[in-house]
Amino acid sequence: MKKYDAIVVGAGHNGLVNACYLRRSGLNVLVAEKNDWVGGAAVSRELTPGYLYSNCSYVCSLFRPEIMRDLELPKHGLQIIAYEGGAVFTRDGDYLASYRDHHAHRREFARFSKRDAEAYERYSRDVTRQCRFIQPLLMRRAPDPASFRPSDISELLYLGKKFSGLGAREMADTLRFWTMSISDFLDEYFETDVIKAYLAISGIIGTALGPMSPGTAYVLLHHYMGEVDGSVGAWGYARGGMGSITKALASSFVASGGTILTGSGVHKILVSNGSAKGVVLENGDEHFAKVVVSNADVKRTFLKLVEEKELPTAFVRSVRNFKIRGSSGKLNIALDSFPEFPALPKESTCVRGDMHFTDSVERMERGYDDWKAGRWSADPFIDMMIPTAMDPTMTSPGKHFMSCFVQYCPPKVEGRDWTEADRDAFAETVISQIAEYSPGFRDRIVHMEVRTPRELEAEVGLTEGNIFQGELTFDQLLFNRPVPGYAQYRSPIRGLYICGSSTHPGGGVMGAPGRNAAREILSNLSRDVSHVSDAHDVI
Amino acid sequence: MMSYDTIVVGGGHNGLVAATMLAKSGRKVGLFEAANQLGGAARGHEFHPGFTSPGLAHVLNRLHSDVVRELGLAHQGLTLKTANAPTVALALDGEHLVLRGSYGASVEGNLPSSEIAAWQSLRKQLFRHASILKRLFDDFPPPLSSASAIDILKLAKTGLALRLLGKVEMREFMRMILMPVADVANEHLGDERLKGLLAFDATLGVRLGPRSPTSLLGLYYRLAGELDGVAGGQAIMAGGMEHVIAALEKSACLAGVTIRTGATVARVLIEGEAVKGILLADGSEVSAPLVVSGLSPVTTFMSLVGPRHLDTGFVRAISNIRTKGDTSKLHIALDCMPRFSGLAAADHAGRLVIAPTSDHVERSFNPAKYGELPEQPVMEITLPSMLAKAAPDGACVLSANIQHTPYDLKQGWPSAKPEFYQRVLTILEKHAPGIRKTVMGFELLSPPDIEARYLMTGGHWHHGELQADQIMMMRPTYAASRYATPIPGLYLCSAGSHPGGGISGMPGLLAARTILKSART
Amino acid sequence: MRTSPASYAVRKQAQSHIDVMRLETPFHSRIAAAMQQQEWYVWNGYKSAAVITDEELEYFAIRSTSSVFDISPMVKYRIEGADAESYLNRLTVRDVSKLKPGRVHYTAWCDDAGYVLDDGTLFRFADDLFRLCCQERHLPWLLDSAIGFDVNVREETEDFAGLALQGPTSCAVLKEAGFKGIETLKPFDIAEFKLKGQNVTISRTGFTGDLGYELFVPAKNALALWDALQLAGGSYGLRPIGYAALNSARMEAGFIVANGDFITSETALRADRARLPDEIGLDWLVDLAKPHFNGKAAIRQARQNGTLRHVLVGLEIEGNIPADHAIVYHNKKREVGLVSAAIWSPTGKRNIALATLQRPYGISTMDNLWVEIYAMRELQYQKMMKRAKVVERPFVKLTRRTMTPPDDR
Repeated sequence: MKKYDAIVVGAGHNGLVNACYLRRSGLNVLVAEKNDWVGGAAVSRELTPGYLYSNCSYVCSLFRPEIMRDLELPKHGLQIIAYEGGAVFTRDGDYLASYRDHHAHRREFARFSKRDAEAYERYSRDVTRQCRFIQPLLMRRAPDPASFRPSDISELLYLGKKFSGLGAREMADTLRFWTMSISDFLDEYFETDVIKAYLAISGIIGTALGPMSPGTAYVLLHHYMGEVDGSVGAWGYARGGMGSITKALASSFVASGGTILTGSGVHKILVSNGSAKGVVLENGDEHFAKVVVSNADVKRTFLKLVEEKELPTAFVRSVRNFKIRGSSGKLNIALDSFPEFPALPKESTCVRGDMHFTDSVERMERGYDDWKAGRWSADPFIDMMIPTAMDPTMTSPGKHFMSCFVQYCPPKVEGRDWTEADRDAFAETVISQIAEYSPGFRDRIVHMEVRTPRELEAEVGLTEGNIFQGELTFDQLLFNRPVPGYAQYRSPIRGLYICGSSTHPGGGVMGAPGRNAAREILSNLSRDVSHVSDAHDVI
Repeated sequence: MMSYDTIVVGGGHNGLVAATMLAKSGRKVGLFEAANQLGGAARGHEFHPGFTSPGLAHVLNRLHSDVVRELGLAHQGLTLKTANAPTVALALDGEHLVLRGSYGASVEGNLPSSEIAAWQSLRKQLFRHASILKRLFDDFPPPLSSASAIDILKLAKTGLALRLLGKVEMREFMRMILMPVADVANEHLGDERLKGLLAFDATLGVRLGPRSPTSLLGLYYRLAGELDGVAGGQAIMAGGMEHVIAALEKSACLAGVTIRTGATVARVLIEGEAVKGILLADGSEVSAPLVVSGLSPVTTFMSLVGPRHLDTGFVRAISNIRTKGDTSKLHIALDCMPRFSGLAAADHAGRLVIAPTSDHVERSFNPAKYGELPEQPVMEITLPSMLAKAAPDGACVLSANIQHTPYDLKQGWPSAKPEFYQRVLTILEKHAPGIRKTVMGFELLSPPDIEARYLMTGGHWHHGELQADQIMMMRPTYAASRYATPIPGLYLCSAGSHPGGGISGMPGLLAARTILKSART
Repeated sequence: MRTSPASYAVRKQAQSHIDVMRLETPFHSRIAAAMQQQEWYVWNGYKSAAVITDEELEYFAIRSTSSVFDISPMVKYRIEGADAESYLNRLTVRDVSKLKPGRVHYTAWCDDAGYVLDDGTLFRFADDLFRLCCQERHLPWLLDSAIGFDVNVREETEDFAGLALQGPTSCAVLKEAGFKGIETLKPFDIAEFKLKGQNVTISRTGFTGDLGYELFVPAKNALALWDALQLAGGSYGLRPIGYAALNSARMEAGFIVANGDFITSETALRADRARLPDEIGLDWLVDLAKPHFNGKAAIRQARQNGTLRHVLVGLEIEGNIPADHAIVYHNKKREVGLVSAAIWSPTGKRNIALATLQRPYGISTMDNLWVEIYAMRELQYQKMMKRAKVVERPFVKLTRRTMTPPDDR
């Protein structure tokens, strides 16, 4: 038995970010982690000798630079390697490449359509405008519109002012953008299937929605944010795999005097008289603190870690109604040599970015239809990358690690649990698609880890293996995330907070929920928050 | 040359409402209708010798009380006798649910009491939320800029009404407003028939499935409608919609509207930058400083006005309006009344819905996204001849809205239609055994047929998708969302404008009010 | 308006575009050979020369002898069809019916709100054939504007090579190169000439405010044209130049540059940066008497309601230190605008600038304007508050620009 000022449940990136900020204000902080390693879904693991896998998240997309700076992550070893390109392979043997160079990118679009090439400029402008509107909200607390508290009213006024500052035409554009499907949105700019498919990707990754579902245009922003405030390197690989991010966070935390217990799954959060008082571990150990912060998703936190009797019925119902839908799977593949893609020119930079095989929005949407029926997509969307093309630290020379993020993959197969045979068949669907574009691909495979939502949930603790800890639909954004009335990292239990991606602003390896939660907690404890930097200016 | 103070293009119900309102204010109003009768989509026709269709719309569920009152429709013979016709969720096994009163104030059928309680609590919640939205659907769309004091006051009142629901309910409203209907149904209900019905009603007439976010809006829209003062009421009109149209026509004549049928408007004439009248297809010109179009915004701008009188951005926005309809209309002439198994004879006069589960509706929707037809389409059936003479004695008219039949069918409608009709008939046969043998003739109006017959762009009921990004101040597009258009003197009054479709008369009423208001200032 | 998809064969062939990351113009090999400074910049994705030999020499080639500047990267659209004139009349703010075949005019086009999308030059080759040249890319806008018109719009930037031949001896160079009758070309005239059997389109236009011509040939004929001009120009002081020298000349001429002196409406991230024609000194182009055109209602309304917010003016600033991006003050205190470009004019011997001011400054309030110049000199700012005077543009007016036939001694 030991006493702390705060206990953080789970050493995912948000839990660690949260713990770092709490510790830096002088609190005595314990992080309790179920696995024998830290990192949650941002890990690098040697699953076969000589190969380091980013076996969950695979790209550093939105990690907030303010957090990297506050927590001195570069000093603790975090290195980001920027993307170099990417490609969508088309069924007719061509490809649509993406290039970092603006003009090369335009010329590539122009191969398919000159109109689309020139439309891309206005499209990026319009999406950037939406990002500029939403980005400052990421690092703020979502207001409760039903509350009359001054802090809520001032946040609401901030929102209102930002919105009305847009001007009427832009307001109408913004309202439309928030409610449109990515498919309809793209139709207003582009005419080429493969270009639309390429741009639609960001609207669906991680969601249980198809590109034709309203609301997916907004999801795009979650993958598009980095470029707004000049956050150079917002998109990229973490050198040494995604675990490098959480390793740096853990190192920063420990260096500042924090304690991490691995192999210490939390069995229950202890509550008495409506207040959190600590945790009991699976091994029976008890640790006490007046502040308990859960990095687990909202369902796991309140339906598993807390006794139901401690919570108001309406709250429990809201938590049950929170939608966490497993929609993706993953194949992590060790290769004994670099795969060939004959469609690409020799020395193409495209292999150093994300590669895809879905060349129309319709194919994506049909993949979603399969998922709705409880099956994995027969023609899945694959977000494939080979980080070792740029990062020699993950494998020995000449060997490669390939990450394939696959949509759509259901948490249950036609209502029943996954079987080994299902898992093999799912893997085969993915491998055969890759092999169509990469001759000899199967022969290069040394080892493969197949992860359906079931495995993701079992290992990382993400309900249904949902990478965002909850759908990014309107009913679960801003003041609705995770549940109305509790959008501010609090819970009905005094001293119990949540800081994972289930909270505002949501998922991606962003760190914002952990940081925002820390600021709330410290404010509640009337502690100094000057070490929590404000969001970057968007001017 | 003929001249009017105001010309109304199109004699659909919204055109009639606008024309009457303007004539009542003392203007000389001319209304021009291309067909030989008034009524637009509410116009019936003989689809088989001796058999009359009720028109495109076969259920009246949102004729607005302001319209009834201001036009004095009750004095013109409008009776809403059959208000609150039941809705029947048909089940193959005959275990139907019958929803009576306003949208299931009571439910009959094999349902556990807990489920009935859950239904009632959800129903009440939906009505509460719809009452907030009703404020927005019953008035001009909220402005985005240069809001007047009145606008701000109205918005504040709506905000207050929302707040007065209580903290918990206000939060629920803000959570649910853009949710998929399927999620809401699943949160509250267990019974598949109820869920299927909600799924169907929320998505009827739009290109969304019940699992699509924002699809609950369709249900709110329905419940924000009222009939004869009853929120959520519905009537299957005796004599079809022509009864409504007849009352509207009488009211228009009484107000002094000059009605010309069989007069196709070819163009809106523009001189300088402003409207100066119309050109008819016969080559004659009629002058007026004000033209109100009851045609869809797309037709109005792209055909009647023409892009060269408009700015490119506006043309682009109009071209981007999604107008492809997904709902077909089926009329079958039957030589006798059909018998739906397990359904009481009297309830055949209700609205019969074949949408057994929410997933079934979703599956029916899936192929429509790709321009394909569903294997098991969902539909809504009425038997209008039960209430008035629409068929020879003893015979019967079956009218059905068949969902998920896309305008842009890849295969092409001519080749797809016969097989699809058989598919629908097979479904009907399962629910009403023997019906196939009683068929004397039929007419299946696909969205392209509807477009051709009623001059509705895309054959879309609402003259443009009624989805979250195309409602209120985005309807039909921001720059024309308050009935006035970039062309001085040209106004819109069709279902393509706020609040949208259904036989409500509201776009017509609000357009007329806009014109009258701007004349005052 | 949608276009038809590119065939597999066409796409396959275009895959090689990435072989050279930075596009090279059809004149590249010659310019690269002349290039002494290795000062390149990117213009529209093309590798373009900033300085080739020496900026000062290049500037004086424009003003005293003659210069060639590669304008191939300029975006070009071909507009053809029975409705081409009415299409362009709806698209642009100026009256195209007054533009006769064989003539060019400077024009601008706006969005619905009247905000300028770009400025550029419109060449009329025939009743139904035009070319629009501009800085930004507008194909979707041009195609969507074509809805309802019998017109074909095609982007043809890469298909044509362009050279600006500018300077007092430019006419003489062309005569020497064998372009017979070139001296009869009046400002803004276009004519077709033959060079060794190949067509060369020459217009008497330019971006220098000097005597000058712009020559266009199909890309494959570019080098032959270059070589012919170099050969002819030897005795006339012809010199290839880069953008730095050209920029000084265009400043003296008072010309504005899109996304330099104003932000074009479709690229503006911040909506308040967009400008009406009247706010960037292009009010004289706008013809409200002609039939409907994009932005007409908005421009008229802004004029009627007095909601124009800005004005673009030429400033003459005391002293000799260029006031690049300096803030303009009224009475040394109140911020009223910003300088977008400034130079010491070598020909005018004046310190000149283009600035955008908030109305009424620059319209009714002209006095007591100041600019605060921050001149970085050896890691220290030399701060100066200098008096600025609103002056007419062009800052430098040369009679030889318009004289026909040109005095080409």
